[in-house]
Amino acid sequence: MPATALRQTPLFELHRESGARMVDFSGWEMPLHYGSQISEHQQVRTDAGMFDVSHMLAVDVEGERARDFLRRLLANDVARLVAPGSALYSCMLRDDGGILDDLIVYFRAPCRYRIVVNAATAERDIAWMSEQSAAWLDVVLAPRRELAILAVQGPQARARVSAARPQWQSAIESLRAFHCTDVDDAFVARTGYTGEDGVEILLPADQASALWQALREAGVRPCGLGARDTLRLEAGMALYGQDMDETTVPAEVGLGWTVAMQDNGRDFIGRVALMQRPPRFQTLGLVLLEKGVLRGHQNIRSVDTDTTCGVTTSGGFAPTLNRSIALARLPLDCSAGSQVEVEVRDRWLRARVVHYPFVRHGKSLLPPLD
Amino acid sequence: MTVPNDRKYAETHEWARLDPDGTVTVGITDHAQEQLGDLVFVELPALGKSVAKGQECAVVESVKAASDIYAPVAGEIVAVNEALSDSPEKINEDAYAAWIFRMKPRNVAELNELLDASGYEQVIASDNA
Repeated sequence: MPATALRQTPLFELHRESGARMVDFSGWEMPLHYGSQISEHQQVRTDAGMFDVSHMLAVDVEGERARDFLRRLLANDVARLVAPGSALYSCMLRDDGGILDDLIVYFRAPCRYRIVVNAATAERDIAWMSEQSAAWLDVVLAPRRELAILAVQGPQARARVSAARPQWQSAIESLRAFHCTDVDDAFVARTGYTGEDGVEILLPADQASALWQALREAGVRPCGLGARDTLRLEAGMALYGQDMDETTVPAEVGLGWTVAMQDNGRDFIGRVALMQRPPRFQTLGLVLLEKGVLRGHQNIRSVDTDTTCGVTTSGGFAPTLNRSIALARLPLDCSAGSQVEVEVRDRWLRARVVHYPFVRHGKSLLPPLD
Repeated sequence: MTVPNDRKYAETHEWARLDPDGTVTVGITDHAQEQLGDLVFVELPALGKSVAKGQECAVVESVKAASDIYAPVAGEIVAVNEALSDSPEKINEDAYAAWIFRMKPRNVAELNELLDASGYEQVIASDNA
């Protein structure tokens, strides 16, 4: 039994009624799967599935100087968000350049931004943001703990959301990728963590059950965190706390592209440190060439040597590829196309180094492996 | 699913069935496959391998983790279910039909040390508690 009770989302009872196998995720009782993780994964790749991600947290950042504050707080530059409804993906760094979290920031209107942060780091993020904004008198931070969050993902996701909520149809049809809009009491963003099209919907907790049921009736299948993990791994999306943490800088974890250095007049938190911290390693993909399953924290060596040269950070079975894949930290001079060996339990198995993502829009991006 | 009466069980969730030709067929229980989740890989033992009772001799890997399979009695591996190489999910579909390996037991009497169906049902009950 856990020492303290696990937190529950507004959809907890619905998950239990659906026969979900529940697990503890960062202190929240969340659905791991509803019967078959692999079948849920495939549903998202071919049709539409939905995830309760209400354990994540939206934080509204508003005020006259909200934009300037975020230009200081975040490594990507919110000045790039010119049209209301646009969004970008960014890291939030410490002074030493280490990553505190990865997040999406939505520009809703002048002086109004919404940031969505990871569940595991939410409280630390809020504390950090509050501390950083203390000197900015007209910047207001508002954690929106009363909102439920549903991610509906897959090639048919938007169509099925429109079927469940016909009054949202025109807003959803005109919503561009990586943009957001408001409909009724819902905030809808065309973003996600699966590599498929889809939307993430934030709405008042007391409306979440009705929406979930309507989506089910429209043919959207409930999917758990197990499928969410295999989907994001195939899509080459890093998981904070596993593929990156406070000890890593963005360039080490494939996120150098999210750091906007162009404006030399923008001193964001961690900028100076980054300039003095060149990457010590890089993150690339691995595809296992033999039968078996790669996991995180497995050692890597060059073929026929004894020296460990890297380590896997996330690994697993990729249902779309019918193979095992991993994200791995490798030396800077290692290149895609080369072969390495991975220590899987007590054997060294051959793997090919590849660029990621491994899958896009349901299709393998892997080169020929034979 | 009710636990079949035609075989014996280990506390580590393997089932063992004595067949008319004197060999012992081994698999994992429905309770085990449910705990493991979708299986993606089965590492079968080598033919001819001699194993002691309780020795790890095969591995099933699910999306979440790898799990060892222990020989329920001592003996020699005489057959493995090759179909599981391409379709490990057969174990999820019907754990009592999807046998993993077959052994020639060193001493058939060792089967009596295993649990019967109701003994195993109690193991499941305490697992679920």
